[in-house]
Amino acid sequence: MPLDLFTVGDPIADTKAPMDVPIGERWSTRRFRGRLVNPANRRKMTIIVVGTGLAGGSAAATLGEAGYKVKSFWYQDSPRRAHSVAAQGGINAAKNYRNDGDSVHRLFYDTVKGGDFRARENNVHRLAEVSVNIIDQAVAQGVPFAREYGGLLDNRSFGGTQVSRTFYARGQTGQQLLYGAYQALERQIAAGNVEQHARTEMLDLIVVDGRARGIVARDLVTGEISTHYADAVVLASGGYGNVFYLSTNAKGSNTTAIWRAHKRGAYFANPCYTQIHPTCIPVKGDYQSKLTLMSESLRNDGRVWVPKERGDTRDARQIPEDERDYYLERIYPAFGNLVPRDIASRQAKNVCDEGRGVGPGGLGVYLDFAEAIQRMGRPAVEAKYGNLFDMYAQITGENPYETPMRIYPAVHYTMGGLWVDYDLQSTIPGMFVIGEANFSDHGANRLGASALMQGLADGYFVLPSTITEYLADGPFEKVDDSHPAAAEAIAGVRDQVQRLLSINGTRSPASFHRELGKLMWDLCGMERSEESLRKALDRIPEIRQEFWTNLKVTGTEGSFNQTLEHAGRVADFIELAELMCVDALHRNESCGGHFRAESQTPEGEALRDDENFAYVAAWEWTPEGAPPVLHREALEYEYVHLAQRSYK
Amino acid sequence: MLVVTVTDSAQRRTPKAAKTSSVFKKVVMAVSGIILVLYLIAHMIGNLKAFTGRESFNHYSEWIRTIGEPAVPAQTTLWIIRVVLLAAVVAHIWAAVTLWRQAKRARPQGYVTKKAVAQSYASRTMRWGGVIIFFFVIYHILDLTVGAVNPDGTGSTPYDRLVAGFSNPFVTAFYVIALLLLGMHLRHGIWSATQTLGQSNRRREVTVNAFAIVFASLLTLGFLLVPFSVLFGLID
Amino acid sequence: MTATREGAIRVGDATDTPAEKRGMTLNLRIWRQNGPSAKGKMVTYKVADISPDMSFLEMLDVLNEQLIQAGDDPVAFDHDCREGICGMCGVMINGMAHGPQQTTTCQLHMRSFKDGDTIDIEPWRATAFPVIKDLAVDRRAFDRIIQAGGYISVPTGTAPEAHSVPVPKKDADSAFDAATCIGCGACVAACPNASSMLFTAAKVTHLGLLPQGQPERNDRVVNMVAQQDREGFGGCTNIGECSASCPKGISMETISRLNHDLLGALRAGARPKS
Ligand SMILES: Cc1cc2nc3c(=O)[nH]c(=O)nc-3n(C[C@H](O)[C@H](O)[C@H](O)COP(=O)(O)OP(=O)(O)OC[C@H]3O[C@@H](n4cnc5c(N)ncnc54)[C@H](O)[C@@H]3O)c2cc1C
Ligand code: HEM
Ligand code: HEM
Ligand code: SF4
Ligand code: F3S
Ligand code: FES
Repeated sequence: MPLDLFTVGDPIADTKAPMDVPIGERWSTRRFRGRLVNPANRRKMTIIVVGTGLAGGSAAATLGEAGYKVKSFWYQDSPRRAHSVAAQGGINAAKNYRNDGDSVHRLFYDTVKGGDFRARENNVHRLAEVSVNIIDQAVAQGVPFAREYGGLLDNRSFGGTQVSRTFYARGQTGQQLLYGAYQALERQIAAGNVEQHARTEMLDLIVVDGRARGIVARDLVTGEISTHYADAVVLASGGYGNVFYLSTNAKGSNTTAIWRAHKRGAYFANPCYTQIHPTCIPVKGDYQSKLTLMSESLRNDGRVWVPKERGDTRDARQIPEDERDYYLERIYPAFGNLVPRDIASRQAKNVCDEGRGVGPGGLGVYLDFAEAIQRMGRPAVEAKYGNLFDMYAQITGENPYETPMRIYPAVHYTMGGLWVDYDLQSTIPGMFVIGEANFSDHGANRLGASALMQGLADGYFVLPSTITEYLADGPFEKVDDSHPAAAEAIAGVRDQVQRLLSINGTRSPASFHRELGKLMWDLCGMERSEESLRKALDRIPEIRQEFWTNLKVTGTEGSFNQTLEHAGRVADFIELAELMCVDALHRNESCGGHFRAESQTPEGEALRDDENFAYVAAWEWTPEGAPPVLHREALEYEYVHLAQRSYK
Repeated sequence: MLVVTVTDSAQRRTPKAAKTSSVFKKVVMAVSGIILVLYLIAHMIGNLKAFTGRESFNHYSEWIRTIGEPAVPAQTTLWIIRVVLLAAVVAHIWAAVTLWRQAKRARPQGYVTKKAVAQSYASRTMRWGGVIIFFFVIYHILDLTVGAVNPDGTGSTPYDRLVAGFSNPFVTAFYVIALLLLGMHLRHGIWSATQTLGQSNRRREVTVNAFAIVFASLLTLGFLLVPFSVLFGLID
Repeated sequence: MTATREGAIRVGDATDTPAEKRGMTLNLRIWRQNGPSAKGKMVTYKVADISPDMSFLEMLDVLNEQLIQAGDDPVAFDHDCREGICGMCGVMINGMAHGPQQTTTCQLHMRSFKDGDTIDIEPWRATAFPVIKDLAVDRRAFDRIIQAGGYISVPTGTAPEAHSVPVPKKDADSAFDAATCIGCGACVAACPNASSMLFTAAKVTHLGLLPQGQPERNDRVVNMVAQQDREGFGGCTNIGECSASCPKGISMETISRLNHDLLGALRAGARPKS
């Protein structure tokens, strides 16, 4: 083990889940045993919630209803724009409306297995239990889920599961769920229970006497740096996939909130677990700023292939049937085009690496609907996938009804995040982390339609119940800017802003971001090896060095300055990238979204090493220069038995 | 009578905030507009009497002034109609002007470049078209009702004034322009009123639009017949 | 109505891009305004080597990269998801909200333009949307319209079982159509009256079509309309530019529905909260 890169600290454990009762009773037991806060006291307590996505929006609304004073922060102009809005496919819930054998236990089982046995059983079981309440809540809020002619909710199957448990609102499920939470939030804002801070970016966490007590934030319009204090801080700032520059995340998605909290003492868990989505529109040119996901549902009817011969540049329609390689159907006869995301992604990369990729730069595979159109007729295909085909045509200028679409994998979701216990509390008391920003429920791989479920479970149901245990000791002593810890945080933020503005080199933040992203994609992307990771770890400090000496940020501090915003985020991505590579290097096994070239079966499948790696890697930040410290949280499987995944 | 009850009751029951709401103004505009349209239908049919000759036309003018006699004094009905029309015009213009000013306040700085992507010519000319129609009506009353600006003067019969007026191509041209604008005003106005009163939907949209076009064209044509007939000597 | 706008997508015309469409050179005339109270003006820039496959925002990225290199202030514009769903982007392009196609600015691609074109780019203009800087405007007035009643009051945890209230598929589908409004503000920007009617109507329609939305239906519409007037938006005179400019195709029918609901609500005695 490369000990030069990190040191090993004490193991860490979740002490909050009540292990003395069976798994099905743990959540209710936890709620019963946890202390409560009486309504009169709630009014005296302030909670900061950073983020208004499904997780943060639902949490802020629920805590506001409960009577706490909530302060809500987000970087866009409106809470409704959080990137949850982009989720297409759907949300899982164990309602068993189809009577097809679904149950809380089956959803639990599928999720643990789908996460390649790197998630906590307790959390996942709770998620499955709460999932049913989410649907009730959303429907009551007016979320227009798809319905059947009888007026009841429709379900579909999604992401390789055998039951139909996915609720959806055409291709815009995330949007509709987010608007439900957003409207609940706006209602609390109108009622005076939630104070809003639009276009405000959290830049640091204020920790006083070991407790999270506030944040330092910058008003992105005026440039004003302000502090906000509270009895507890909740981070719901989303995923960090943008460390790869090109991803399906929004341009503003960042790691800043969680990274700066990490530097204040919150452990970062499993940073290397990244999900690569197989059906994205391929990169076109070096100006490309973002990748667009095409719903996975396309794999239900589309067939994936590449030419048998490498370097075959013929038009797809000119390539005869027997010169095509439908490689997923060939390698995985049972699941065919429907294998899980990580497998489909890696195989696409493999065929492209062999030189058989199609389209500009050879980075793409065909997703062909010719056969489906012949079988179902074009109108049927149009009815089912019309909006996706339109989107493809809009972006590429090609007509997918005539020529096969080209797809390629892209970074999509980050399973890693800040470490939290069963109460969703981080290693800093008083700081809670929910949604994609935490690491908790998906293990090494997230199943389709499970992130929306987790975000809403955390925000509506879990956090509001668990945070009371902490707040029962409150309200805490007042703090203000004169406290040394606060003063230090403010000075640190001002300092960094000043520093970014004063380097006055020659390169824009975007150029560094692009360089970092490419490096991460090439060396710490779909497939990682000791060699590639070491190369990355050599290179990242150089990029960091150049960033801090050759960056150019125009404009001033006291104004709307998008270059400055971007620069701050890139600075954090660079540091995070290094930790990701260390984590990926130390985890000398393949699991879920983490594929180490050294650890595969003879057939080239991911090979877990449960003996040595059945743990959560929780990383502690150490001051500049010192290597990070690894704390292991052992994972035990009482209810789902460890088994190698097989989709053959 | 319809206007009076509707506006009255609305005024009594609607508090200030709702009354000044932009939607309320639109309702005033729609209801008053509809009253004006009803008048125009009657007026057009009345005008067509010009084809039945001087006697008949003047008789009609006379009749309007004597309906209900002797139960009510002369011109009672005419004045009721005039009051209702005037109330409708005032309400209509009040709503149009305040909405216009609201729109100005809502965008004090215009675009350097602005292109219409759906707006029909009709919808774009509602405001200036309305103003022109307004001036037209004033001129028109001075011309044909009062006779002040008519070549035949105040002492003549309506039929004489009509023939005298339209024999002048410039007068006719002015009428034609005003009528075309009116046609467009109504083409958009009818669709707009349906929408304002909440009676439009995707299914009806086509029907409402078709009706608006046919109706506006018929009305305009009906009005145009008289001046052209005079101009080309079909009526003299 | 004269629809001068092209359909939402153009299919199959770029598989072989004609040579003259590669590496376009464009003249951009962009509204530059330093802050909310600063005076602004149109400034001309030239960008070269623009690929027809670039999105409009990627083209602006190229310009900004140039400006930063030159030590100039890059053009501020709002954007986030860049896939047409967050509603954050939106500028006037050659006098049309989101440009010549009925889509969002981020989904507009440069193949809609020709080499040598001059493109005018301006921010949304409305009193209720004050300019923050350059092309970025403040659209929080929309949130306040939602605050006035654009929700169903259902505290977390109080919801009945989802299947206890069936919703006819037709209603659910229509509600969904209205609910797809992304709050981009193009309707306001395009409307000659700077009216927010289509936005408000979309929300009123979405919630008003569902059984869950009935109890608050009257108060919702009355309050949301009062709020949009208070925000300083213009009144709607049914011109229809909004719907034709809406990237999500929110229909004019929603406005009729709002009007219908409002009249009904006022008759039933609903009055706006002050
Ligand atoms: C294209 C796409 C499709 C997807 N489809 C699905 C799907 O079909 N089903 C599914 O289950 N999952 C899907 N996912 C995943 C899922 O959408 C996300 O994981 C989930 O929505 C994240 O929610 P969140 O609340 O944690 O964060 P987000 O929704 O990302 O919200 C983050 C919030 O934090 C704020 N914020 C961030 N940084 C700061 C800061 N520094 N200061 C202040 N505020 C900050 C932002 O303003 C925002 O409000 C998809 C994801 C993508 C990208
Ligand atoms: C070519 C078309 C038209 C002709 C030939 C015409 C003819 C006349 C005549 C002859 C009169 C006088 C009737 C009388 O005094 O007994 C009159 C009155 C009037 N007309 Fe017209 N008219 C025409 C178009 C219009 C239009 C387009 C409008 C309105 C938009 C209009 C509004 C009026 C009004 C308000 C009066 C006065 C009624 C009154 O006495 O109170 N007319 N018209
Ligand atoms: C000074 C004169 C007038 C002005 C300034 C005026 C202005 C307007 C305006 C601004 C509108 C709203 C436009 C829209 O909805 O897009 C309107 C609507 C309408 N007008 Fe007029 N108008 C005038 C005269 C008339 C006359 C004389 C008639 C009838 C013959 C009329 C009938 C209508 C109708 C039916 C509507 C539709 C109502 C609605 O939109 O709900 N108007 N007018
Ligand atoms: S109605 Fe259309 S144009 Fe208006 S905000 Fe909504 S999506 Fe944008
Ligand atoms: S363009 Fe404006 S006038 Fe009404 S119909 Fe649309 S809001
Ligand atoms: S950037 Fe999100 S809609 Fe355009």
